Amino acid sequence: MYTTDQYEGMLAETVAVRGANGDRVLAYCARPLGAGPFPGMVLIHHMPGWDEWYREATRKFAHHGYVAISPNLYERHGHGTPEDVAAAVRADGGVPDAQAVADLEAAMRYLRALPYVNGKIGVFGTCSGGRQAVLVASRTAGFDAVVDCWGGGVVMPADQLTPQRPVAPIDYTANLECPVLGLFGAEDHSPTTEEVALHEEALKKHGKEYEFHMYEGAGHGFFYYHRPNYRQAQAVDGWQKIWSFLGRNLAS
Amino acid sequence: MCTMIVQKVDLEGFGKGAGGWFDMNQANVSWDHPFHAPEEHALNIDFVNEAYGPGARVAVELSVEGARQLVETIQSVLGEAEEKGLI
Repeated sequence: MYTTDQYEGMLAETVAVRGANGDRVLAYCARPLGAGPFPGMVLIHHMPGWDEWYREATRKFAHHGYVAISPNLYERHGHGTPEDVAAAVRADGGVPDAQAVADLEAAMRYLRALPYVNGKIGVFGTCSGGRQAVLVASRTAGFDAVVDCWGGGVVMPADQLTPQRPVAPIDYTANLECPVLGLFGAEDHSPTTEEVALHEEALKKHGKEYEFHMYEGAGHGFFYYHRPNYRQAQAVDGWQKIWSFLGRNLAS
Repeated sequence: MCTMIVQKVDLEGFGKGAGGWFDMNQANVSWDHPFHAPEEHALNIDFVNEAYGPGARVAVELSVEGARQLVETIQSVLGEAEEKGLI
C-alpha cells in the first residue's frame, strides 16, 4: 500500500546487456532506491517500439517496488526515433523469435545478478511483447510469472509460420513453468476471443496455473492513454490485477 | 508486425523527411498498427532508403478508402499524362 509518509527514491537509466549473438542491446532500467531485496521484472516493448510509454511503464514498475528492465528488441535495426526504428522492423515483419528470446533471457540474467534482486523475476509485455512474454517464459527457465497483455500471435495457423517465427508460442505450453496472467479486450482483432480461448484451453490441458481476464468494451492496447483505444476503467482494473498477481508470485 | 501483412517494393524517387530531401529507393506497404492514425490498423506506406538509416523515412498512414482512392488517382493521373504524350 502506497502512503504519503513513506520514503521513496528511484534510479532510472540506460544500461546495456549482451543479447543474442553477443550483441550489445541497450535497455532501460529503473529501480527503487534501497537495499531491497526487490523482485525483478523484464518489460517487453510493443510493436510501436522502445518508446516513451515503455520508459514510463518501466518507472511505474519501479514505483511499485520492482527492479524493472526493458531491453530494446529493435537494436539491430539501428537507432533513431522509436517510430522510425519500429517502422523499419515492421517492414521486416518483426524481429526473429530466437533473437528476441535470447535478448530477453539476457535481461533476465542481468536482473538475477544484481545484489538487490530477491531472485524472483517476472516478465510483462504488451502487443507483440505479450506474445514474446509467453514465448520467452516457455522457452527459458528462470521466469517466475508472466503478464501477457493482449499478445497477438500466440496462436498461429500453419500458414502464418515463417522462418523468423517458426513455432507458435502456444505449442510450447507444456514447457511453461510459471503462472500466467492474461489481460485481453473482447473487441481486439489480434488476439481474437477465439484465439484467447484456444490459449486458455492449452494451459488448462497442460495443467498450468493461469488467470485470464477478458474485458468487455475494450479492444487492442487499452492501457495506452495516448491512443483512442484507451479504456479508463478497464485499464485501472487491469493494473490492479497485475499488482495483485505479481505480489502473490514474486514476493520474497 | 502484429498482422504480418507487409510488402516491400523497389522504386525510384525522392522524399522529404525530417532531415530534408533524400533519394528513396523503396516503399514498405503494410496493413498494421499505425503510429499516429487513431485506428487499430491502417494502410501504412513508408518511403525509405535503408542505407541512410531508420530516419530516412517519409510516412503516411491511410484509411482503407483513402488508400484505394490514392491508387485510383495515381493510375488516373498517369493515364492522362500518357494520353497527352507526356510520358
